[in-house]
Amino acid sequence: MVEYRGNVEAIKSLVRETEVHRDVYVSDEIFQLEMENVFANTWVYVGHDSQIPNAGDYFGTTIGTQPVLMVRHTDGKVHVLFNRCPHKGTRITTEGCGNTGKFFRCPYHAWSFKTDGSLLAIPLKKGYENTGFEQSHAGKGMSAVKHVHNYRGFVFAKLNDAGPEFEEFFSESLSSLDNMIDRSPAGRLEVAGGVLRYMHNCNWKMLVENQTDTCHPMVAHESSAGTAVDVWKNAPPGSKKPMAVEIFVPFMSPYEFFENMGIRVWPNGHGHTGVHHSIHSDYSVVPGYFEQMTAAYGEARAKAILDENRHNTVYFPNIMIKGPIQLLRVFRPISANKTLVESWTFRLVDAPDLLLERTLMYNRLINAPTSVVGHDDLEMYERAQEGLHVDANPWVNIQRLYDPGEVADTIAVTNGTTEWQMRNQFRAWSKFMTMTM
Amino acid sequence: MSEISNAPTEQDIISFVIREARMIDQHRFEEWLELFADDGYYWMPLEWGQTEARLTTSLMYEDKLLLKIRVERLKGNRTFSQKPKSRCHHVLQTPQIDKFDHDANEYVTWTPMHYVETRLDEQTLYAAWATHTLAMVDGALKIKLKRVDIVNCDAAFGNIQLFM
Repeated sequence: MVEYRGNVEAIKSLVRETEVHRDVYVSDEIFQLEMENVFANTWVYVGHDSQIPNAGDYFGTTIGTQPVLMVRHTDGKVHVLFNRCPHKGTRITTEGCGNTGKFFRCPYHAWSFKTDGSLLAIPLKKGYENTGFEQSHAGKGMSAVKHVHNYRGFVFAKLNDAGPEFEEFFSESLSSLDNMIDRSPAGRLEVAGGVLRYMHNCNWKMLVENQTDTCHPMVAHESSAGTAVDVWKNAPPGSKKPMAVEIFVPFMSPYEFFENMGIRVWPNGHGHTGVHHSIHSDYSVVPGYFEQMTAAYGEARAKAILDENRHNTVYFPNIMIKGPIQLLRVFRPISANKTLVESWTFRLVDAPDLLLERTLMYNRLINAPTSVVGHDDLEMYERAQEGLHVDANPWVNIQRLYDPGEVADTIAVTNGTTEWQMRNQFRAWSKFMTMTM
Repeated sequence: MSEISNAPTEQDIISFVIREARMIDQHRFEEWLELFADDGYYWMPLEWGQTEARLTTSLMYEDKLLLKIRVERLKGNRTFSQKPKSRCHHVLQTPQIDKFDHDANEYVTWTPMHYVETRLDEQTLYAAWATHTLAMVDGALKIKLKRVDIVNCDAAFGNIQLFM
């Protein structure tokens, strides 16, 4: 067995130009190193600030496997704090989300902290006099994540001082987030509808790769979307096509549809499918919406916003957004072979409810643990997690439409069935994995 | 007069709910689908005490068309997540009749249950309450709404592939 800790060469050798070694998916050591490196040197999505509208509101989540909480401080600023009492390690928050008032109070010994993490009070404080307490970890209060950026409501954090600044890390890829937000006549999104949580017995990166895998829908989803197409064929003539059928049918589009939709890659592992069109392009018009958009932006700008129908945008390392339907999926790593998938949905502020209704239906039909499309995908991931233990071939192939002239960290638009975005992710993986070793 | 002679008894209602679960356990899905009224829904809320399904996400909120897609999919040659097939098992408490209203043609039952779904070496136990809203349609009891509230509805689940 190779040992990877401190072995930059061994880690770099896992990612070749057109294939990656199975240890990136199955090795517990690699997983631990990813948590310490990939999830520390990059800007990781924490949450949306509409989840914490008021001072004292908090939301608990993780960055990699680190428990954190996102909190609105008294001055309105969003802070990200590590979710442990500096005293004994007790998780500070009682609920997954809520309002803590002006301060956090640890339920174990009643130490209290302001909502920026600084120490407020300790009972019997004189017991710490002349003990050098001020110099201790505990004396400094709850540890805060230093690098936090709120981009139009989307809160990202970077654990390490190393790694690029926010603007440099995302650069032009922010155009996908912009488009999702601009689709609100008010230019604002709110988390709405509830979050679907789906446990996957597979590595988190399989899910990320699948977001730009355009050669699987017509194969893996033949059972679900294909059946939907068949059942709809037998509907009485003249029946109005239901929203659910409109959602399922494009999954069965032929290869040409996906080839022509195009893929764009950006530096640092970001990229998206659906440069020219996507499975979301042909949904029915929602009455009144275009008029609201025109009133807010003018007709030309409104049209430009709504004509952009990007399919899946991957933000490295572990989220995907669908701008046209305001959906965000977080692939939360738990262990090398376990991933929690959270699928969040947003309301376009000041837009018709029917848009949220469609978004929620999409989420339910595609991303729920009860979803037939989800069942199709998870079966493939779990089979891969098992099959990768075959020693005869330890490599995963990501060669499709590879060009030997391909370079890392560039912007390019190409054929929609390329695996360039997967190669792009692994080049970024290799870079951020070894950046601070 | 025909309404009165066709009116179900309390025992009819209880038997219907028990047999509905049996059809699922025996994989008689097409027969099961016919238990639903044409405008019937199967609803599995995501939130505790959820009151609506349009602007709040659910695990399932499916009309007969979507249920038919599921039933057809379960038989498909290329339905790989069902190779091998899942099996399931219901244990019901006796359904309690919460509403028995001939005039409104509405019969509502509340049934606590344990549901087990298995595939390969995995077996998962769920605890839930089923609420059936039934009506007489063309002389037969039909499901207008089957609502299944899982006790831990907001937990992270793996695949749930059959019907509770």
